[in-house]
Amino acid sequence: MRKLMSLTALLAGLMAATAARAEITIGFVTSLSGNGSSIGIPYGKGIAAAVEYRGEVNGEKIRLIQLDDGSDPSAATRNARKLIEEDKVDILIGTATAPSTIAMMAVANELKVPMIAVSPVVGAPNAADQWGISVPQPAGLLVKIVADRMKRDHMKNIGYIGFSDAWGDLVYNGAKAAEGGEDIKILTNERYARTDTSVTGQILKIMAVHPDAVLIGGSGTQGALPLLTLAERGFKGKTYGTVALVNPDFVRVGGKAAEGIQVSAGPVIVAEQLPDDHFAKKLALAFRAAYQKANGAPTTDGFSAYSFDAWLIFTEAAARALKSAKPGTTDFRKALRDEILNTKELAGVHAVYNFKPGAYHGVDDRSLVIVKLTNGAWKYEP
Amino acid sequence: MTPDIAAILAIDGIASGAVYALVAIGTVLIFTVTRVIFIPFGDIAAFTALTLAALDAKQLPGTAALVAVLACLACAMESVALVRAGAARALPRAILCYLALPLIVVGIVWAAVKFDPPLPVRLVLTLMLITPIAPLLDRIVFRPIADGSVLLLLTVSVALHFALVGLGLMFFGPEGVRTEPLTSLSTEIGGITVSGQTVLILLAALLFSVLLFLFFDFTLIGKALRATAINRTGARLMGIRPARAGTIAYLLGSLMAGVSGILIAPVNTIFYDSGFLIGLKAFVGVIVGGMTSYPGAALGALGVGILESFASFESSTLKDVIVFSLLIPILLWLSFGAPHSDEEIEE
Repeated sequence: MRKLMSLTALLAGLMAATAARAEITIGFVTSLSGNGSSIGIPYGKGIAAAVEYRGEVNGEKIRLIQLDDGSDPSAATRNARKLIEEDKVDILIGTATAPSTIAMMAVANELKVPMIAVSPVVGAPNAADQWGISVPQPAGLLVKIVADRMKRDHMKNIGYIGFSDAWGDLVYNGAKAAEGGEDIKILTNERYARTDTSVTGQILKIMAVHPDAVLIGGSGTQGALPLLTLAERGFKGKTYGTVALVNPDFVRVGGKAAEGIQVSAGPVIVAEQLPDDHFAKKLALAFRAAYQKANGAPTTDGFSAYSFDAWLIFTEAAARALKSAKPGTTDFRKALRDEILNTKELAGVHAVYNFKPGAYHGVDDRSLVIVKLTNGAWKYEP
Repeated sequence: MTPDIAAILAIDGIASGAVYALVAIGTVLIFTVTRVIFIPFGDIAAFTALTLAALDAKQLPGTAALVAVLACLACAMESVALVRAGAARALPRAILCYLALPLIVVGIVWAAVKFDPPLPVRLVLTLMLITPIAPLLDRIVFRPIADGSVLLLLTVSVALHFALVGLGLMFFGPEGVRTEPLTSLSTEIGGITVSGQTVLILLAALLFSVLLFLFFDFTLIGKALRATAINRTGARLMGIRPARAGTIAYLLGSLMAGVSGILIAPVNTIFYDSGFLIGLKAFVGVIVGGMTSYPGAALGALGVGILESFASFESSTLKDVIVFSLLIPILLWLSFGAPHSDEEIEE
């Protein structure tokens, strides 16, 4: 009997200790393999940098559980369920592809766990029952900033070539929305696939309408293919694109043909060139240092910074939520959700975030700057 | 469409068609000897481009690790098979062929990378590293089911392709590469510039097509290889070893995939998964050529390239739809028009 009592006491003591040392648990899902891996791997490195930058909130430890979804929405769904039901995470962050992100968001809503998406999510949530937000700039905003720059550069006739997928559609629709009146006109809607080996036909068609400028709706390395063909055909006008093109392999493959292209990108891309009073300057440099320390290599992309900003939004909200509830409880999750949706003027490395119920995105025009590829490096063009 | 644009499109189509032609010829080569529709052919070509790019960047390419792993697997399987067949005295030879030779190649590349070799040496190193891949895959995957039906072999071949794409991502990473052109020469034909690289690809396709045609119709080994394809048992009765014939075909095929990869790397951005679509379009060419004819496959592949080029001008969103829809009338015509060949009756 005495033995049993002492055992009970021991157990009770253990449980008390666990409760007192409650830590915040994060479920982080990204695509380390599959077709989303060229974005998913940087997301993972960005989280590592974020943990290096701020590893605890108000003295509470943060435990990070990272899973790979293989760029597969059904794996992302399974991962989200497993993280919530088995690991009892307080918040979800993820993932690299839009379909997987939407799938995770559905699980988060169903099981009432807050989620910060690091991929753009389209549409508007139900304000009363919203558990998720999205960090990146929406595609429409990316294109709007580029279109504004085209207007400033007095471009009138614009040729468009983009991927034959959802991304190509988003950029084209964004550009179409920006035209009107005496301003820019989108004259072509040419498409190509990431695995295509030639775009000569499409480029000839674009050249036939004599555009002042060409807008590229591709991403990554293969975004350079239209530029290479344009240069081959002697195109002399300007070229524009979005942040999706910004990666070192695009610059390497594009070479001289990519010179001079202007893209809209988060300020973190050109951190050291920003004016000293820019909101992102100090933080972006701190992010770079943390990234270098965590991954042993310098940052080369804008994607890892989305994970970093997601972490900033989460830690700021968690600091406020901890005042009213203990981690690991339903109350804490609800408080965390409310505080995330109550984020006001939080400066990250990509944007100043303002979230409110009824909208996934919380960024404005300040989240994007125009950068120009000059001598193989991105230059800030205010 | 003006004549100028049509000419540019035709040249562009011939350039990509020549790439498909190289892959198509390799596919026919392996199919006629082993009855395997070797889907991973395009993947091996893509791996070659990635290997060359890694060597250009003075890194040890991921292919080295791939070859080492495959060599160990193949050697283990061969040894077990030999011991079970009671032919243990053939063991040293098996270990030499399946383990020592590939590992020596890997060692040479590993040592050479440190000395920053010039371009011709890098090309040779790349080919040396790529050539063992298909024969080793043959030993591991296809040899145990060599007598299976064409359908079984095709299914396994598709599975092997997916395995290789996964391995490609692991060894080479998700980003694409483009290597330096082999020649910067270009000529002008009727006011349209044709790059030296395009001419090189065309020449290579033509050369391989003619050489293989001659090899299979006029040499003893070539005839032996064809005999194996038509009837494995009959060929064995005539003293031909089917296993050896398969190895020769895969060696040749691997070498051709290597040459294709080296030739297309400067004109296309190659990703770890680029090989599949190239292989698929080449396969359309192979079907147009009736599956067994080298010049037929090469011409078919050229046609696919030209069609694709004009389709991308007329309607870029529907380009692939147009190319692959081409298969339906061709298959209908082939199945109505041509009498069934001996091979199919034997199935």
